Amino acid sequence: MELLGQQILAGIATGAIYACMALAVVMIYQAIDHLNFAQGEMAMFSTFIAYQLMLWGLPYWVAFPITLIVSFIGGVLIDRVVFKPIHDAPILSHVVVFIALLAILNSTAGFIWDFTVKSFPSPFGSAPLFGSSLISAHQAGMIGVTLLLLVLLFVFFRYTRIGLSMRAAAANPASARLVGVRVGWMNALGWGMAAAIGAIAGILIAPVVFLEPNMMISILLYGFAGAVLGGLTSPAGAVLGGFLVGIVENLAGTFIPVIGGELKLPIALMLIVAVLVFKPSGLMGRTVVQRV
Amino acid sequence: MAAPAETTLSSSASDAVASVEMPRAARRDGTIAWVSRITFLVVALAIPLLFKNFVVFQFTQMLVYAIAILGLNLLTGFNGQFSLGHSAFYALGAYTAAIMMDQYSVSYIWTLPAAGVICFVAGFLFGLPALRLEGIYLALATFSLAIATPQILKLSPLEHWTGGVQGIVIIKPDPPPGVPLNQDQWLYYFTLAVGLLLYILARNLVKSRSGRALMAIRDNPIAARSMGVNLALYKSLAFGTSALYTGIAGALGAIIIQFVAPDSFTLVLSIAFLVGLVVGGVGWLPGAIFGGAFVLFVPNIAEGVSKGLSGAVYGIILILLIYLMPTGAAGFVRAVLSRLKS
Repeated sequence: MELLGQQILAGIATGAIYACMALAVVMIYQAIDHLNFAQGEMAMFSTFIAYQLMLWGLPYWVAFPITLIVSFIGGVLIDRVVFKPIHDAPILSHVVVFIALLAILNSTAGFIWDFTVKSFPSPFGSAPLFGSSLISAHQAGMIGVTLLLLVLLFVFFRYTRIGLSMRAAAANPASARLVGVRVGWMNALGWGMAAAIGAIAGILIAPVVFLEPNMMISILLYGFAGAVLGGLTSPAGAVLGGFLVGIVENLAGTFIPVIGGELKLPIALMLIVAVLVFKPSGLMGRTVVQRV
Repeated sequence: MAAPAETTLSSSASDAVASVEMPRAARRDGTIAWVSRITFLVVALAIPLLFKNFVVFQFTQMLVYAIAILGLNLLTGFNGQFSLGHSAFYALGAYTAAIMMDQYSVSYIWTLPAAGVICFVAGFLFGLPALRLEGIYLALATFSLAIATPQILKLSPLEHWTGGVQGIVIIKPDPPPGVPLNQDQWLYYFTLAVGLLLYILARNLVKSRSGRALMAIRDNPIAARSMGVNLALYKSLAFGTSALYTGIAGALGAIIIQFVAPDSFTLVLSIAFLVGLVVGGVGWLPGAIFGGAFVLFVPNIAEGVSKGLSGAVYGIILILLIYLMPTGAAGFVRAVLSRLKS
């Protein structure tokens, strides 16, 4: 029983990473209605920007906001420069452009900062929390930041005019345009916010997994899984889903003999698929009804 | 009126002008189609005689990718289902061929139908639960299949069959006795023959009653169901058929590379198929060959432009391509054809 509790706690700690990423995934899904395959690489690139700023001697709390602003602008630029011209292209073309972005960002980061593994500082320190070896101060801080972000996003989407416009632009672009929402700029704003949240995720994750151009690939998978599990339409669901994926992954690795250790990731994903078969809109998502 | 029209169909274009009845545009379309088919065949048949062995091997590889993309096109282009998991079926086909040849010394020719049948069953069974999932959720389910594949192939209980991380090395087949070709040339022609056969089957499938049912499901599932199309059956069959094509491609790939190992069948392979599909044109079967060529050659070109930034160059080529031809080679060819017509 104690082992179970410990494993769940450890799962929540890793789940915080996935929750952070899932939140960024859902953000961009809300804005553009697609899953962004380049999300992980965008976060990685932002983290490298923070790393470079600190290398130039800026203190952490100066580098952090600058990175967020740069990432926000970068996200807006990606939308305006890359995606606006192909707005009417089929979905699969968009997917291919996501893949292209992924390749470009990954290769450029590798070219500028090379592929060696770098350590990244944590604002919370890496001491164990309350003397427990299962969860460190950094991981606790990460959970805190994720929850704080969630609350901020909730308030933004629920109570601000611009948040409402963004939701309208994503849900029904044609009608939103008719009532005066500038749909194009709402998309760009969504991209910018997703890039900034991705930057926060990257900066929080880097002290745990270390910084290198390929650090995000497997994390993005878990982030997707968490987002879909929780419901792509619900930021809170995404965070919950991220934590659940972390817990399931840890429990499968511990309690399922032989296969569990080797197939940790697939088992987590298969469980999620099983959930989806029974509840396709995710745990907290809205069911979209199709009109004939 | 039908009789003269029919006779002029077979006669040359110059005296066809006399009977200006109806199918002029259609006839010219037909001519263009036949000219391009024959050109393709002549070029394809000439390749092994013109190039060195390694280049012939590369073209064989291109045909293999084209077959896999053809399979994916049947699923995505004609049935509207999205898959990121086709590397799993490719791997299944490749391992079927390799295990049959390595452990039971079966002739390479017989591994193809076996790989096809096994992959069809696997695809059909995977398609059944996946039916309930749509769009992005199906993408996630197939995505996890692609992620799981290399790890399942490495599993220790299966090591006796799969050779674990090391994989399986197989022997390159010789051409049949009396055929004056070397191994690479023979495998090229063999792959070409299989590819053409599969292409013709796919084309007939798409034009059949079942093909129309598949497209009806793609365009409007609810309407298709009310017209009496069995959604569950057809979607699963589409998945199975698509897996069959990809599995045969996998078996061919194993035979020509003479080696299978878990890490050749990652998500990257699935993504390559998807890129090939979009580059060739979704829902246009001949596009597969363009897709195959892109998947095989463009990464090399990108590497040639810049070693360190090859990924970035590849990405930029991809983005430019989507800008210039958002519907892939299919749209490009259609645009050229409509120019020719007017």
